[in-house]
Amino acid sequence: MTRGSPRVQPFNPEKREYDAFEQALLNDWQHDLPLVERPFAVMAEKLGVSEDTVIEALQALQEEGVISRVGATIKPGSVGAGTLAAMSVPEQDLERVAALVSARPEVNHNYEREHEFNLWFVATAPDEQHLAEALAVMEQETGYPLLDLRLMYDYHLDLGFDIQWSQNATKS
Amino acid sequence: MNAPQPAPETLLDERDREIIQATQKGMPLAVEPYRVLAQQLAMPEAELKERLQRMKDSGAIRRIAAIPQHYALGIRANGMSVWDVDDRLVDELGKQVGELSFVSHSYRRPRHRPHWPYNLFAMVHGRNREEVEAQVAEIEKLLGDACRSHDILYSSRLLKKTGLRLRG
Repeated sequence: MTRGSPRVQPFNPEKREYDAFEQALLNDWQHDLPLVERPFAVMAEKLGVSEDTVIEALQALQEEGVISRVGATIKPGSVGAGTLAAMSVPEQDLERVAALVSARPEVNHNYEREHEFNLWFVATAPDEQHLAEALAVMEQETGYPLLDLRLMYDYHLDLGFDIQWSQNATKS
Repeated sequence: MNAPQPAPETLLDERDREIIQATQKGMPLAVEPYRVLAQQLAMPEAELKERLQRMKDSGAIRRIAAIPQHYALGIRANGMSVWDVDDRLVDELGKQVGELSFVSHSYRRPRHRPHWPYNLFAMVHGRNREEVEAQVAEIEKLLGDACRSHDILYSSRLLKKTGLRLRG
C-alpha cells in the first residue's frame, strides 16, 4: 500500500460507495489476470470501459487500501516449508511473547485470537529443517510450547472470495 | 481436493522463486505489466510468461488477481471456525465446506489431543459476528453427525502481517 501519497484523501470505508464497475473489478476480477501482453485491456473490453480506466481504478483502489495488490496467490506448500502454529499465553505475558514471535523473520502473520490458544501465527522457511529450528527457537525464547498445525490437505478451490455487497448495485 | 504437497524443490527453481516473490508484492499497474515485471527481474518477457504459465498449470500459482483487503471493504469479523470431524469423512466433507461461497480457506490439520481436538479449519468472514455465526451454522448443518464439536476463534488483534518470505 502506498503511504503518504498527497493524492490520498482521508479514507472512510464505511462511507465509500463502490459503483457497479468497481464492484465488478473487485469481485469478478479477483479471479484471474490473463497472461497476455495487455491483460488490463482484456479486462477493460469485458467490462466495457477503456484500458486506462481499469488501470487507474486499480491504482486508486490500491492507494485507498481496498485492495492490497494485484498479485499472485500461491498454493500453500508450493514454496519452501510452512505451518500454522498456536500458543496458549497468559494475558499478562502476551505482549512479551507476541513481540518475540513477531520479531522472527519466519513469521509473516501473527494474530491474537479470543481463545485459550490466543496467539496464532504462520511461519515459513526455505526448507523443513530451517522451519523446525525456527519453531524450536520460538518455544525456547518464549518459554511456551506451541501447537504445530501443519497443513495436511487444502480443500478450497480458491476461485476468489465472494464479496457480499451491502447495496445491490447492478453489475454491468 | 489437492493431493499431499509434492516436493517443492523438484518443481520450482530459483528463478521461479524470484518471480513468485515479485508477483506477491504486486504486479506493476502498467499497460504491459508482464514486460515491466520482466525488466525488473532482468528476464526475457517470453521466459517470464512461460514460467508463470507453467506454475499456473502445476497449481503452484493459483491466480494472479486483485487481492481485496477485507477490513477496508467493511468485513470486520474474521472467524476461524474449527471442527472435530470423523477422520473417515473429513476429506469428503472438507471439500464440500471449501466449496461454500463464504469460506475463504478450508484446511485439514492434525489434532493435538487433549488440547486441540479439531482437524478441520474453515475461515469465514462477515461484517459482524452475527453474519459469521449464521455462516458457521450452515457449516454445522452440512457436517451433521460427522462433527463432534466445534469452536469459532475470532481475531482480536493483528500483530504482524507481511508478504511471503522465501528466504529466512
